[in-house]
Amino acid sequence: MTAYLVLENGMIFEGKSFGASFDIIGEVVFATAMTGYLETLTDPSYYGQIIVQTFPLIGNYGVISEDFEYKNIAPKAYIVRYPCQDPSNFRSEGDLDTFLRKQNIVGLHGIDTRQLTKVIRENGVMNGIITTKNPAEVDLKPVKEYTIINALSAVSKNEKIIDGNGKRTVALMDFGAKKSIVDNLVSRDCTVHTFPYNATAEDILSINPMGVMLSNGPGDPSAKENDSIIETLQKLMSLGIPIFGICLGHQLLALANGYKTEKLKFGHRGSNQPVKDLSTGRVYITSQNHGYAVVNGGNSFINVNDKTCEGIDYGLSFSVQFHPEAHGGPLDTSFLFDRFMERVDKYAIR
Amino acid sequence: MPLDKNIKKVMVIGSGPIVIGQAAEFDYAGTQACRVLREDNIEIVLVNSNPATIMTDSNIAEKIYIEPLTVDTIKRIIEKERPDGILSGLGGQTGLTLSMKLARSGFLKEMNVKLLGSSPETIDKAEDRQLFKETMQIIGQPVIPSAIANDLDTCINAARNLGYPVVVRPAFTLGGTGGGIADTEEELIKIASAGLMLSPISQVLIEKSIKGWKEIEFEVMRDKVGNVLTICPMENFDPVGVHTGDSIVIAPTITLADKEYQMLRTASLDIVSSLGVEGGCNVQLALNPHSFEYAVIEVNPRVSRSSALASKATGYPIAKVATKIAIGYTLDEILNAVTGTTYAAFEPTLDYVAVKLPKWPFDKFVYANKSLGTQMKATGEVMSIAATFEEAILKAVRGAELGLTDLNLPRLQNKSDEKIKQSLSEEVTDQRLFVVYEAIKRGFSIDEIHNITKIDRWFLNGLLNIFKNPDKYLNNSNLVYKMVDTCGGEFEAKTPYFYSIQKGVENEALPFIEKSNKKRVIVLGSGPIRIGQGIEFDYACVHCVWTLKEMGYEVIVINNNPETVSTDFDTADRLYFEPLFIDDVMNIINIEKPFGVIVSFGGGTAIKLTKELAKRGVNILGTSAEGVDICEDRDRFDNLLEKLNIKRPKGFGIFTIEKALEVAETLGYPVVMRPSYVLGGQNMIIAHSKEDIEEYMAIILQNKQENPILIDKYLKGLEIEVDAICDGEDVLIPGIMEHIESSGVHSGDSISVYPAKNINEDLANKLFEITKNICLALNVHGLINIQYVLYNGEAFVIEVNPRASRTVPYLSKVTGVPMCELATKTSMGEKLKNLGYGTGIAPIPNHFTVKVPVFSFQKLTDLDTHLGPEMKSTGEVLGIGRDLEEALYKGLVSAGFNMKKDGGVILTVRDKDKESMLPVIKKFVKMNFKLYATKGTASFLFKNNIDVEVIEKIYQNKDNNISTLLETGKISYILSTSDDGRNPALDSAKIRRKASMLGVTCLTSVDTANALADSLMSGYNELNTEIVDTTKLKTAFTN
Repeated sequence: MTAYLVLENGMIFEGKSFGASFDIIGEVVFATAMTGYLETLTDPSYYGQIIVQTFPLIGNYGVISEDFEYKNIAPKAYIVRYPCQDPSNFRSEGDLDTFLRKQNIVGLHGIDTRQLTKVIRENGVMNGIITTKNPAEVDLKPVKEYTIINALSAVSKNEKIIDGNGKRTVALMDFGAKKSIVDNLVSRDCTVHTFPYNATAEDILSINPMGVMLSNGPGDPSAKENDSIIETLQKLMSLGIPIFGICLGHQLLALANGYKTEKLKFGHRGSNQPVKDLSTGRVYITSQNHGYAVVNGGNSFINVNDKTCEGIDYGLSFSVQFHPEAHGGPLDTSFLFDRFMERVDKYAIR
Repeated sequence: MPLDKNIKKVMVIGSGPIVIGQAAEFDYAGTQACRVLREDNIEIVLVNSNPATIMTDSNIAEKIYIEPLTVDTIKRIIEKERPDGILSGLGGQTGLTLSMKLARSGFLKEMNVKLLGSSPETIDKAEDRQLFKETMQIIGQPVIPSAIANDLDTCINAARNLGYPVVVRPAFTLGGTGGGIADTEEELIKIASAGLMLSPISQVLIEKSIKGWKEIEFEVMRDKVGNVLTICPMENFDPVGVHTGDSIVIAPTITLADKEYQMLRTASLDIVSSLGVEGGCNVQLALNPHSFEYAVIEVNPRVSRSSALASKATGYPIAKVATKIAIGYTLDEILNAVTGTTYAAFEPTLDYVAVKLPKWPFDKFVYANKSLGTQMKATGEVMSIAATFEEAILKAVRGAELGLTDLNLPRLQNKSDEKIKQSLSEEVTDQRLFVVYEAIKRGFSIDEIHNITKIDRWFLNGLLNIFKNPDKYLNNSNLVYKMVDTCGGEFEAKTPYFYSIQKGVENEALPFIEKSNKKRVIVLGSGPIRIGQGIEFDYACVHCVWTLKEMGYEVIVINNNPETVSTDFDTADRLYFEPLFIDDVMNIINIEKPFGVIVSFGGGTAIKLTKELAKRGVNILGTSAEGVDICEDRDRFDNLLEKLNIKRPKGFGIFTIEKALEVAETLGYPVVMRPSYVLGGQNMIIAHSKEDIEEYMAIILQNKQENPILIDKYLKGLEIEVDAICDGEDVLIPGIMEHIESSGVHSGDSISVYPAKNINEDLANKLFEITKNICLALNVHGLINIQYVLYNGEAFVIEVNPRASRTVPYLSKVTGVPMCELATKTSMGEKLKNLGYGTGIAPIPNHFTVKVPVFSFQKLTDLDTHLGPEMKSTGEVLGIGRDLEEALYKGLVSAGFNMKKDGGVILTVRDKDKESMLPVIKKFVKMNFKLYATKGTASFLFKNNIDVEVIEKIYQNKDNNISTLLETGKISYILSTSDDGRNPALDSAKIRRKASMLGVTCLTSVDTANALADSLMSGYNELNTEIVDTTKLKTAFTN
């Protein structure tokens, strides 16, 4: 069926629908990784967004549920140039179209995805609507007015979960955590207690954590609704518990420490982002997915290309904008979890 | 860490002549390296024996030595030039091996020369199989179970322990020369014996076969502080078992989930880091398609064919960055040349796929073993870029000049289903893709084909899509051009490097065309490298582009060969990486609307499009389509020569066997036979009998012939070659060359001598007159190449090509006449008399030069090494000397002749050559060689009072014959001219093959043997020749 993407500036892209088919509005962002579409689709940080994949052939290795980062698809809709109908991989359980259908997620294919990417690059992130109706008659008002709200309550698991059975007790504040963060901790001899995004400092302290992990997540870190989280983080910081923040967790920790955040023109979404470790001069290739960044904060890592903040070290606590847990993307910075463990152990001895 | 300030002068070693496994990619890499060194004001000393390269142009380096790539010669150059460092990683295996020899011997240390890039320890760890295996074990990277063997017994025991099938890989050989898969002990003995012999350290690896696993490659870049990243992941269409150089390759990897991808990527980074590579490194891995099990196959700690492919597939200039790293920079200090705003410390991301299709020489070598295995056989490759595999593979096939526009191979149509199934399960050959497609057409299921071939279902489904919608993928509606930008559109790119996709909306080439305010000219490239069309034509194209740019034109290049300088994104103003197929070219012409198109620099590939372009109203710059057509149309050409009163061997065009036999009777044997529109003497023979004609016609008629087969009287005599430039009025001949071998040996396989020693002034003037008459009659504007044979004192024209030829690069260098520049200018209407190089025959310089062909016989098993009218060489080297003997000596050394002055010589000479060989044999007697001869030859020599030891042919004595004698290592040379014919089952062909595999110099022409004897007698050796800096060569046009 013919379907359209209409951007808030009125630009129309004609393609065909796949997956579920209904009108849907979202913030249109592009992602440049060539692999990892399953991890992308199930990354809660994409909540409220419509993802465009720049690589034209998506779905080649099918759907593999053990690679999911979250229980379901997080973004609102998915745009690819050519979804693969006959995937091939020893673990494949089915094709992308069926998967999106089952999860009731709208898909659009066959548009000039490179053209769309360049439009976003030039104009900045824009909202858009995917529709099968006459695109000329789309009411752009709701599209323009769309903002992602209450994202954390939507993606944070609203229950206490315990993973692993390790010697280190770590609290994970779940802002829409990727499974790989938990996996990385569990594989490092941790017992991970997952708390919902709105857990209080008291809730967290009740398990007597040796460290606190702040997860990735969607939305504007400086949104009013996050104020209480920032207060919680300030309390935890003042107690001297080692905290490790990733992505949104990094931004929230920065806000708790007096930094500011800003919206980037089109963000960093891909698995080829170079960051520089300022203490050693080493450059690492990282996986990233963020539309906001901490202003002038980078004292441990910066982005090689645009010099934006990629990491802050507070002494005992530290945080990074990129994704050391990978999945998808490079595993090059997984040593940061080891660093977290060192600090957890140091704290425990003290 | 910026530039190392102690490095002021650097030696760059090129890769030498083009051979299978080492082609134009190293000219591309070396030229990039030189440009980078220039940016930092480093003085460059360049060494390469290959004159057909851009890197040996005087504007690329300060000092250029076109000298033998041997340890002795390089030592002498180092002593003379005293460079601060030597770049080891850009000259292929040749450059790396030489650098390592110099480092190991302590010479570099003694001379205070730094090995730039990876350290000798690193290179050893990567190249020595045992050390590599140990290193992998230390860092926990799985390798394929294997054993090292230095003798046959160890090989056999190892194979028994590992279990058959096993793979044999000789150490330190190019492109896996001498390797193979053995299913039985018998096969193992055969392959391993050859492998042990070919390995310079007599070492082979016996390895468990993992046939059927996916083959994955990563190009990795690492700097000295340890920053390490991958440039491009690539996946082979053919599973493990086919050399990656012979495999269809897709970039990026396509069937790996992120988990598998990151596992292999991390492994590659860990491997390269553990080796301590500084620069580019290629890592090859095998992945079990049913699990996460993988194994490291090998690494190449240098730029390679794969890195050239990866550079063009991603836009990331690997050689440039590797050079920057070698002189001290780190990745975060090097700008990304494509965006100009981001850095080299990142991983390219693609928003398209790139597909590489190898180009094999089997269309010419009909008797060569076509099976593909661990030993690379392709001479070149094409790459295509598109949004889907389906579009890309079709583009690649169109561009590979197979005479195909889709995946239907006509000769498979008549085969039974049973036969097709058999072909699928038998050995992989050059026809693999087409056999698989044919099977799909016949309704074989994807699963069935997958089970037999182990080709991933993803690729098979792609081929099935093509079959189901043949029109969809060949449809040009909504065709737009997109940019290769390294970053998937994330950043603005500045390099206008384009490819087409179907069903696009935005055409990214248009803004560039709209803002252009100069006259636009399109230069057609030369396509894949194959026998008959080598790197020379890329050289010519690049010079044409440079000249046009200087003249103020906006220049657009169309080409599809990823190995070349012409497809470097900063050579032309715009690059379209597209097939040189009429429809694809017209699509570009339709949007670029150029003032004209230049077809005369890209060899046969470009010029053969002339007629079709002209038909569509395209302005052909230079010699007109009419002039080109006259040269190619047999009747028109004959009429023209007749009108001009110029002689040529009598001949006719025919279509049938009957007519061929009739014509041959009329002309009298021997006759030369070839199809019209030949390239490199493709399918060309000298027929001595009725049987030869029948055999030839049977082969040639397997393919439908639209144009007649040409039969000419064969005239034996001195062959002369002339390259000339004409402006429509005046003619300039930069040089007249003569061949050492008389007519009958293809000009590309002959040793070419300049200045010609057997051509006196009268003859030269006569040749000028004929050349000028032909030029004016054809209204040539630009280059023309004419081959003559001197027969009974008269010059007969044997071939006319109104375009750049393979002698242009070398002749330009040794005469001082910038031939491509003048040809470009005259093509655009300028007059020779205003260009400063005069008209007539250019003054002859004082030095002598010899161009010697180089063959890749070691890679092409079952191919007779006997030279004839069909070209067999893949590359060339140049020897420059104060006299002909010195030039010849250097040329032969460069070409790999062992030049031993002692040992044994085997003589096996056919009757008609015996008389002419006698004086040559006497020269070998004089030099005290021990002579061996087969019966016939021996009895002739006895009659002439020459003592030889009689040896028997293989069929005469199984245990003591030529073959066993060769194996003793006592033999330095073999002169074998016996028996004509293309059938390699012949005893003499077997001997020649054996010699080739054992590295014994084999001469198949009396003239070459004579030249070798003269050179051996001349007293020159590698320590007493003059080493010549060609930038200081004295010619009439230099000071």
